[in-house]
Amino acid sequence: MSALALPTRRAEDWRYSNIEAAASVWPVPAPERIVLGPGEQGARALLQDAADDAVVVRDYVITLAEGARLDFHLLNSGGRLGRVTFDVRLERGAHFGLHAAVIGGGEQTLEVVTTVTHAEPDATSEQVVRTVLGGRATGNYLGKIGVAKHAQGTDASQSVKAMLLSRQASANAKPELEIFADDVKCAHGCAIGELDKQALFYMAARGLDPQTAQTLLLRAFVAGVFDGIADEAERERFEAAALSKLETLAKLEGLA
Amino acid sequence: MLQINNLSNTVGDKPILKGLSLSINAGEVHAIMGPNGAGKSTLAYTLGGRPGYEVTGGEVRFAPLPFRGGAGGGAAPLDPALHETASPTPNPSPEGEGDLIDLLSLAPHERAAAGLFLGFQYPVEIPGVSNLQFLRESLNSQRRVRGEEPLSGAEFIKLAKEKAALLGLDMEMLKRPVNVGFSGGEKKRAEMVQMGILDPKLAILDETDSGLDIDALRVVGAGINAIMRKPDKAVLLITHYQRLLDYVKPDFVHVLSKGRIIKTGGPELALELEREGYAEVVAA
Ligand SMILES: Nc1ncnc2c1ncn2[C@@H]1O[C@H](COP(=O)(O)OP(=O)(O)OP(=O)(O)O)[C@@H](O)[C@H]1O
Ligand SMILES: [Mg+2]
Repeated sequence: MSALALPTRRAEDWRYSNIEAAASVWPVPAPERIVLGPGEQGARALLQDAADDAVVVRDYVITLAEGARLDFHLLNSGGRLGRVTFDVRLERGAHFGLHAAVIGGGEQTLEVVTTVTHAEPDATSEQVVRTVLGGRATGNYLGKIGVAKHAQGTDASQSVKAMLLSRQASANAKPELEIFADDVKCAHGCAIGELDKQALFYMAARGLDPQTAQTLLLRAFVAGVFDGIADEAERERFEAAALSKLETLAKLEGLA
Repeated sequence: MLQINNLSNTVGDKPILKGLSLSINAGEVHAIMGPNGAGKSTLAYTLGGRPGYEVTGGEVRFAPLPFRGGAGGGAAPLDPALHETASPTPNPSPEGEGDLIDLLSLAPHERAAAGLFLGFQYPVEIPGVSNLQFLRESLNSQRRVRGEEPLSGAEFIKLAKEKAALLGLDMEMLKRPVNVGFSGGEKKRAEMVQMGILDPKLAILDETDSGLDIDALRVVGAGINAIMRKPDKAVLLITHYQRLLDYVKPDFVHVLSKGRIIKTGGPELALELEREGYAEVVAA
């Protein structure tokens, strides 16, 4: 995944990206490897809230041995380009969970790119991505699930929802399945929407100013993404960072 | 308290209200009845400022809640309207309850802060936002616009408990997301709890009686009386049936048809309508 040559837009997983921004930090460091042995349990979290002009590219290569389980929580909200990729290989009965909130505004391009390979039977994966975009921001989710021919009993789910606060913001969601086995459950749902106008009027009719109303709705939309972070202090850190970014967005859209 | 003069509007370019006039004084309860599609909900939404309900003519004047605007406070939003009434020709309401402002010049949330409450015919569900959080934020947002101090968490919970008890709604329901999974009757009851907490000056209640069972109807009727039957408040009930009016006795009953008030009478008009139908009464 860390090719030496600068990728081009022709590369499937870079087609909606900001290549020019990527070029400014190229070549990026080698991917971080996470390896869990048989039956091991792990939890990781990345709070990516770099400064507005930063360019962040983080690549993870993950191998989960038989019966291992990794839960990854991600807030991807910083940088001109904020790109986080996961290349995951699951052995028998392993589980990978990704819960991500992607929140951006201005000219940001924020990406989550996943390739989850169910290499052996009975592995499970769950991906939940909630994206909120304002300004002229772009949010991309490219999620490939590969199921090997003998990987019966695979259960893979992707739930991807994006909320656009402005007409210039855009969200791309591309789930992709490559399935060679037949006893496989793959569920994916993608939805791109705007804030519920009926709810906004109902809230205004109760006296909520538009900014607070928007923030409440957006908070509800991303709520739950970080519920699975076991450490309370860490969970609060993620929630607070997400909330403050949402408030900033709501404020900016309110002025627009 | 409320003066609607010759109000016309369009919804999606379709004219609905066609020169509607109605005056409501403090201390009064008015009922509006009328056939399906007459424009009753449209009137409520238009007064509330719902986007897409375009006013094409007429005016609406309203005596707002007192506004404690200090210098530089967060209370600017009501200013334009207040400036207008501070002009050399003030427009006192008949019963001298204060100056009237141009309601339609206010944003929807400012109308609420001014004391207008809309009880929805179809209350909206808001997943992920609890009733308590929603109402506390709403109340404090209103108070901010009026230049009042926000309520503390403890003060708010006390108030919410009191109003939930008044309407016989389990406090646990208020911890759940707004209207999500509530039955039709529970939604209407919850609307009245909201009204109790927000303590408006004028409540426009759109078919609050629909979906209520017999006992709930009595509780909600008593709740409306307890919250709104006061000399400085008024109620506009939109309803199809006499049953709610047995509990909340109207001073005036209006018939709304094809976008206008075509007949006004006392409480006996509702009975007459129920007995004879709109066609008879309107023709008479
Ligand atoms: N978005 C819209 N576009 C066009 N027409 C609309 C729209 N919304 C409502 N209307 C029309 O406006 C008219 C008045 O509707 P309204 O809901 O105010 O009636 P109502 O008197 O409340 O009726 P009911 O007793 O059934 O509640 C109806 O003919 C309705 O179809
Ligand atoms: Mg109606």
